[in-house]
Amino acid sequence: MTELKVTGPARLCVENATLRYDERIISRDLSVAIPDGSFTIIVGPNASGKSTLLRALARVLAPSAGAVVLDGKALAQYQSKQLARTLGLLPQASIAPDGITVADLVARGRYPHQSLFRQWSCADEAAVEAALAATGTTRLSARPVDELSGGQRQRVWVAMVLAQQTPILLLDEPTTYLDIAHQIELLDLCQDLNAKGRTVVAVLHDLNHACRYATHIIAMKDGAVVAQGAPKDIVTEQLVENVFGLPCLIIPDPVAGTPLIVPKGRG
Amino acid sequence: MRFDLRGLAVSAVLLLLIAVAGAVSLSSGKFPIPPADVMRALLGGADENIRMVVTEWRLPRLLLACLLGGALGLSGAIFQSLTRNPLGSPDIIGFSAGSYTGALIVILLFSGGYYQTAGGALAGGIATAACVYLLAYRRGAQGFRLIVIGIGMSAMLGAFNAWMVRQADLPAAMSAAIWGAGSLNGLSFEQVFPVVAMLVFITPILGALSRPLRQLELGDDAARTSGINATRLRLMLMILGVALTALATAAAGPISFISLAAPQIARRVTRKAGVDLIPSALMGALLLAVADWVAQHAFGVQLPVGVMTVSIGGFYFLWLLIREARR
Repeated sequence: MTELKVTGPARLCVENATLRYDERIISRDLSVAIPDGSFTIIVGPNASGKSTLLRALARVLAPSAGAVVLDGKALAQYQSKQLARTLGLLPQASIAPDGITVADLVARGRYPHQSLFRQWSCADEAAVEAALAATGTTRLSARPVDELSGGQRQRVWVAMVLAQQTPILLLDEPTTYLDIAHQIELLDLCQDLNAKGRTVVAVLHDLNHACRYATHIIAMKDGAVVAQGAPKDIVTEQLVENVFGLPCLIIPDPVAGTPLIVPKGRG
Repeated sequence: MRFDLRGLAVSAVLLLLIAVAGAVSLSSGKFPIPPADVMRALLGGADENIRMVVTEWRLPRLLLACLLGGALGLSGAIFQSLTRNPLGSPDIIGFSAGSYTGALIVILLFSGGYYQTAGGALAGGIATAACVYLLAYRRGAQGFRLIVIGIGMSAMLGAFNAWMVRQADLPAAMSAAIWGAGSLNGLSFEQVFPVVAMLVFITPILGALSRPLRQLELGDDAARTSGINATRLRLMLMILGVALTALATAAAGPISFISLAAPQIARRVTRKAGVDLIPSALMGALLLAVADWVAQHAFGVQLPVGVMTVSIGGFYFLWLLIREARR
């Protein structure tokens, strides 16, 4: 089952950045590189700065010092739409306008590819259809988003980001609201997208999912990167104890051979 | 698939209804004029007296009802979209009350004429909007906070306005009250041209911003990653929305309900998600034209159209509050 992935040098990296919300500093002097072509998963306890890092990578949050760099150029210097054709973000919280249908919502992912004078094209249509198909939401396409279950809704949001057709995908906790089967389905989808050449970066809470799917893990604690690399190389009992404060055993995953974390708990 | 046939059809029907309302409005009054004569008068024919009644008395009033109604509908659509809330309309969040305060100050303290009053209303509306925006500002002004602060501001200004009117001597208080009711009485082409000029300036900008506005409805993070500077866009849209409301208030006094209801009614008819600018504007124009006709003719005496819209609006507002509370 182990796949060989070619991961190249980084297109997207954070260089000595300070990330903050007003006075509250989340990360100081943070440097991270996202290997090109990787499926990178950012893990860490609550409030470790995972989502903040992802938001900085997507230029939703501007670093107050340092820079986030894409292809050698600071994100701040990109035109918004040009950037939006390269980087797509699934935010933690999005709002579906009242009564919008699935197809309409997914179509809004095409915004950066359109302009006042070029509003809707065959390429847009094809991208929306492909995104609906990839997320298994085609048969929902005429339904209002308000009426969907949490899991269906999450897949529709993912479809919207897919319709944006960006080579780099940033997903903030994409598996929240999903039951275990849909979580795996979504991670499989990310793996497929990654295999087809997209760089995928996700924030995930489940360490075992991270170990199974990631080609590259970034472990964070208190706003700093504690370890990064392939799951097999970096995920150890010490690391989990250090980052999460959780005593555990690590055994090989019987399916994939990746590290499997078994918490000790109180026995 | 994205070609919005229903939206187009709705807009066409609304235009037709506006034309019908316009024809009725031009032909009815103390001197009923048959529609055929109205048509002739508009094209420059007909009897001189009839022509004067139609083109100089009734036409400017009708045009203003449509233009101001459209401006109010647009303004409501902008703010309801920005606040993502059907209650987030400029008359609810204090801008109308602020415009009235500005006008009152001009009327009562400086005994200003029409243009000074209009200027005062414009300044009052903009100042109130700035206050509400700044008080609601926390890393960008968000919808719900904006509405709550706006309602509070509206109440405070309402109390202040009432106090100002009570302090004034009778004639000044009368003229202030008449202005404050919101009326199209006695307006002529002199008032039409500034309104047209402002709309010619504002609507193309708004047209260019309508797609980003719809994208902004998805939430700031989603909008930003699809290539929108959310903070700047929101500020620009707020300025345009305030300008549209202030324009209407300056020309005719505070007319409520149109900006609250027009976008929502339009939305229900087009069955589209979010708010849609063009149907909202047309619906606003239709509502105000009809309301003004009813205010003029239905009760034997000429009522200010603002009184009309307030009383219908009260019921609508109640219904809306109940519906929102149930969600």
